[in-house]
Amino acid sequence: MALVFSLNGYVMFTGHVSHRMVVPRASPIDLFAAREQMAISLGWHVILACLGVGMPALTLFAEWRGLRTGEDAYRLLARRWAEAMGVLFAVGAVSGTILSFEMGLLWPGMMSRYGQVIGLPFTLEGIAFFIEAIFLGIYLYAWDRLPPRQHLLSGIPIVVAGVCSAFFVVTANAWMNQPRGFDLANGTVTAVDPWAAMFNPATPPETIHMILAAFMVTGFVIASVYAVALPRGRRDRYHRLGFLIPFTAAAIITPVQIAAGDYAARFLATNQPTKLAAIEGVYHTGSHIPLTVAGIPVGGQLRYGLEIPDGLSLLVGYSPNTVITGLDQVPVANRPPVGVVHLSFDIMVGIGVALLLLGSWLGLSWWRRRDLPRSRWFPRAASVTGIAACCALEAGWVTTEVGRQPWIVWGQMRTADAVNPAPGLVAGLLAVLAVYVVMTIGTVYVLRRMARSHRLVAPPVQDAGDGGER
Amino acid sequence: MSLAQWSITVLWIGLTLYVLLAGADFGAGFWDLFAGTSRGGRPQRELIEHSIGPVWEANHVWLIFVIVLLWTAFPTVFAAVMSTLYIPLTLAALGIIVRGAAFAFRKASDQLGQQRLFGAAFALSSVLTPFFFGTVAGGIASGRVPIGLAAGNLRTSWYNPTSVLGGTIAVGAAAYLAATYLCADAMREGQRELAEAFRRRALVSGIVLGVVALSGIAVLSADAPRLFDGLTHRALPLVIVSAIAGVASLLLVLRRRYLLVRITAALAVTTVLWGWALAQYPYLLPPPATTNATITASAATPAVLSATLTALAIGTALLIPSLLWLFLLFQRGQRSDEYQQPTPSR
Repeated sequence: MALVFSLNGYVMFTGHVSHRMVVPRASPIDLFAAREQMAISLGWHVILACLGVGMPALTLFAEWRGLRTGEDAYRLLARRWAEAMGVLFAVGAVSGTILSFEMGLLWPGMMSRYGQVIGLPFTLEGIAFFIEAIFLGIYLYAWDRLPPRQHLLSGIPIVVAGVCSAFFVVTANAWMNQPRGFDLANGTVTAVDPWAAMFNPATPPETIHMILAAFMVTGFVIASVYAVALPRGRRDRYHRLGFLIPFTAAAIITPVQIAAGDYAARFLATNQPTKLAAIEGVYHTGSHIPLTVAGIPVGGQLRYGLEIPDGLSLLVGYSPNTVITGLDQVPVANRPPVGVVHLSFDIMVGIGVALLLLGSWLGLSWWRRRDLPRSRWFPRAASVTGIAACCALEAGWVTTEVGRQPWIVWGQMRTADAVNPAPGLVAGLLAVLAVYVVMTIGTVYVLRRMARSHRLVAPPVQDAGDGGER
Repeated sequence: MSLAQWSITVLWIGLTLYVLLAGADFGAGFWDLFAGTSRGGRPQRELIEHSIGPVWEANHVWLIFVIVLLWTAFPTVFAAVMSTLYIPLTLAALGIIVRGAAFAFRKASDQLGQQRLFGAAFALSSVLTPFFFGTVAGGIASGRVPIGLAAGNLRTSWYNPTSVLGGTIAVGAAAYLAATYLCADAMREGQRELAEAFRRRALVSGIVLGVVALSGIAVLSADAPRLFDGLTHRALPLVIVSAIAGVASLLLVLRRRYLLVRITAALAVTTVLWGWALAQYPYLLPPPATTNATITASAATPAVLSATLTALAIGTALLIPSLLWLFLLFQRGQRSDEYQQPTPSR
């Protein structure tokens, strides 16, 4: 319906837009719609992209263990994960295609000026994605056509290409935060150096943080599926391994990720202080800045939060005298919204710490008696780690994206100047929203059915015999 | 050739591959839509699913490739096309999501009701997506997209005679390509009856496509005179080759030479694409909407073009052996118990 109405809207509007002398600008509601549409598409795709990066590695690990030990449980896990990977990759491929459309449909202002500056990493990503797709095709469909060892090897390019894809795409986002590799003359870019743009200062902190996040999300998501089964009495080798392999991997990465996040935040202190100020709710520049946990921005300060005296100064410069740049250094019009950025940052860090504690719990129990914790609360907590990790992932993206506002290209181009001036972007948002809701339901439903039909067809361990290699 | 010319050539090769490979996938969805009742149409749907199963994800890459190369090498043209034609492009993008997801879901579901629902979504979006892409091509080719952000008419830029013709030809070409490909796939599967069914479809769609293309001449001469002029002069050799290849394909289908017809059918479609490019050369966005959007004038800086072309050359060196391995593996056509995905389609 909405679409039909807005089509009529175009008929009315077209008369105004045809003259190029008038520089059209999107209405605030259309700008809002474009940002939300991008957020939904990106937020949706990033979960699948993470699984696309992380799942092949876990699947290959299980297949390799299966080959080494000859245990059916490993081989069965590898099969199951590969099957799910096929569905997820297909859906991820299309949701990624849509994003490349939306770069132009929603942000033609940015692409018109800067498309050539950030084109190279996307070209490289395209190649990596192609390789990933080819070898995934080989891996999924040639399970019974290749000798086991060759089949295992055919999966390695998927892992490598997946990690490379993540790296390339995130360099483009890093560039939006630290634009380099061009000069600007009369609104057109000159002296473009695509390599300098790609390897900008934000590239190391952002790419490391994102690639680790991909493995963490994958590990916890898969582990949580099996954690649900554990308290229901399914504690056989298959289910235990299905839980332990991904959970252990994710738990080991968690502390590394927290360190990488600290590095990324420290990077902001020197290179993007306004973003850090929004993240931590620092309004006034100064030393002895406290670290505020939670809190709501009211009248130019964070209220109702838990303040750790000198905390932020200590974290950034290891000394309470460290000066932190506050929001007061930039005009009000150039400040990101503190409320959303600070809250989502705290959600991300809070979840990260909780996951660290849960991983330590397992580590402790394993060290003491080579088994899962006995408490009923462990599988309960573990079964929500998947959703929690996804929330942390989304919160992290909200932090970095909203924290960059009002800029789309930091310090160079405002989001409002990049958006498509065509009227009716709201209709696009509604259509995309509807499609994504349906697609989410569909994906979850199909994956659940897949899992359930496996359980109904045959108990896992017996079933492994005919599913294994020949 | 200049770097800009190399870039558009590489981009057009990517577009050709997308039209030939993904076009056939869309066409397979078209035939899925007209395969009939869920019981009667089952063998056809299974053949379609088997044929596009192993490779269809890879086919999407060509579209991403075309989009990325367009924004990298010709950023202002990309912004103009995407912003002015954002309605059909948004619809095409939504069609791609629905199509891809529904195909994967149908494959994973085992109940008839679900398969029907997902199947219908897959088939319908397979028809709508190429149609909207065709309208975009028509809008560009008839000179309705000016440089600038949403500077063109948001409705008539894609809702006009040339665009409707473009959309119809896109759907027809996809259906025709798919029918010819599926004939050979059915033969390889040893399903003679199915091959006959797709042979009829190939003949009908081929004739319809030919008639539409012929009547399109009249549409173009009235609606897009510059394009018409280009097609009847500079690009005339390609147009003639296309017509000959089209007629040859029909004769080959009649004589059941299904492998040869793949080549002629692909040639007929390829020559149309390159004929269009030649007809509007040297413009990327032809007049009258805009007068200076030539390949040279709208190209990115040389540093960007050379870096991108180098990356693509290295990428191709990696991709070709990988692709060859993929195809060879499936050409062996050994059946397996768990994964019944024996045939490569192309």
